Amino acid sequence: MSEISTEQPIIRIERLGKVFHTSSGDVSALEDISLQIYQGEIFGIIGMSGAGKSTLVRCINFLEQPTEGTVYFDGKDLSKLSKRELYKIRQSIGMIFQQFNLLMQRTVLSNVCFPLEIANVPKRKAREKAEQLLSMVGLIDKLHAYPAQLSGGQRQRVAIARALATDPKVLLCDEATSALDPSTTRDVLKLLKDINKRLVITIVVITHEMHVIEEICNRVAIIDDSRIVEIGRVEDVFTNPKTSAARRLVFPEGHAVKTAPGSRCCRIVFDGSSAYEPIIAEMVLDFRQLVNILFADTKNIDGKAFGQIVIQLPDNEIIADRMIEYLREKRLAVEEVDGYV
Amino acid sequence: MFEPEVLKMLGRGLFESIYMTLVSTALAYLFGLPLGIALVVTDNTGILPKKNFNRVLGLIINLLRSVPFLILLIAVLPVTRAIVGTTIGSNATVVPLVIAAAPFIARLVESSLKEVDKGVIEAARSMGASTMQVITKVLLPEARPSLLIGSAIALTTILSYSAMAGFVGGGGLGDIAIRYGYYRYETDIMLVTVALLVVLVQVLQEAGMKLARMSDKRK
Repeated sequence: MSEISTEQPIIRIERLGKVFHTSSGDVSALEDISLQIYQGEIFGIIGMSGAGKSTLVRCINFLEQPTEGTVYFDGKDLSKLSKRELYKIRQSIGMIFQQFNLLMQRTVLSNVCFPLEIANVPKRKAREKAEQLLSMVGLIDKLHAYPAQLSGGQRQRVAIARALATDPKVLLCDEATSALDPSTTRDVLKLLKDINKRLVITIVVITHEMHVIEEICNRVAIIDDSRIVEIGRVEDVFTNPKTSAARRLVFPEGHAVKTAPGSRCCRIVFDGSSAYEPIIAEMVLDFRQLVNILFADTKNIDGKAFGQIVIQLPDNEIIADRMIEYLREKRLAVEEVDGYV
Repeated sequence: MFEPEVLKMLGRGLFESIYMTLVSTALAYLFGLPLGIALVVTDNTGILPKKNFNRVLGLIINLLRSVPFLILLIAVLPVTRAIVGTTIGSNATVVPLVIAAAPFIARLVESSLKEVDKGVIEAARSMGASTMQVITKVLLPEARPSLLIGSAIALTTILSYSAMAGFVGGGGLGDIAIRYGYYRYETDIMLVTVALLVVLVQVLQEAGMKLARMSDKRK
């Protein structure tokens, strides 16, 4: 990912904490959160509902004020800004929501013009920009429709166009696909990826769905119980989840490998270095020998394979050895695992 | 059925009633709308929470609303005299009507604005909208259909209040109903005034609802 600059993070969060004071006592939503998000990357924040991820994303544009720690946007400490300066900064942070949050009494065009109105952009210029964005998201024929006349996917496209109107540096997505059906979700994710590539906008994705992260994110932070428990490149966190919270998200069905039966078995780890090819099937055809797949959990991220497969090798020692060699030649990480009976 | 003078009087009464209602409603909105906005904005869940201010404002509005109109009508006579120069006639009735209606309208506006989706307000804030921009560009336009329904309720309520002002020589149809129907037992005139009021309420209410429906873009 050459366009991601790791020199200076666009968003830097340091030891952030947020406590809500409620009538039934203080509730801590976030504790000791530190992370950096770089220009041009798609950064995912995943966690179960109630983990604090929505609060975290609102701390990035100060819709929620952290009670502890600091948020730097583009090098500026947000807590040190005046109201006016904060309003100005927010114009360079777009945001989209689960429920789209469009103005229901305004047309599609007028919704996209809205942030420009707030920024005091002349009407004509605003209209031009809005039309350009709406044609980018494929809704140029809906300019004068009202949000109520659109489908969920179309509404989210309008919201995306609206969020991009002020040419933001960052786009925050708060469960942006959670209210959409799978195929619409794919389309919207594709659009986000496209926007990230074309406009070099940093995107922060908040979700509780692993597949959203897999599909578009470069890096991910896992939030559990108000804290970041794991952070790193998606493929790393994904192939080797270290914490139980991460494992719960990556393997929601539980880790079945340890109880899988077999005499001589090996584990093949797909870490993204191989393309998504039917390697096992090819091997079986080449050797004319059957293998038994004991466990498999692979996922396609960006056309690359991630995950692992555990296979039971044939009884013939020589063939088994050659199979392992064969797999290693395919640049796969293979390790023999014993103790499975 | 009626003599020309009576018809003329009824016509004038109708005109006065409409005049009082419209002028009072307009003036009452001048005060009630900002008050309603203030109630919503400074609420705990509002965009600019001001707990104590909100509490005091709410209390004052409740106090004003709990005074029976007839008593308010008489209690504010000195104020009326100071502003209008007289305490009888339609213009004089406008003063107590505005005082009675403004807090009522504040509550109507409050409930309309509270219907606006919090998510939409949050979206506007995420774009860097100031408090004023949220009010003028989100709260009021998004609540427009509901505000219009509220204004129909306000108009009809103020119309019936204005009829009560007849007791203190307030002019309009209520005045005629009291003088002819109540003091002189001319029941037919009273019935006609009541019928006219009924029609007026019907028209105002229907027009308001229709306007609200037409302006609502949520289908």
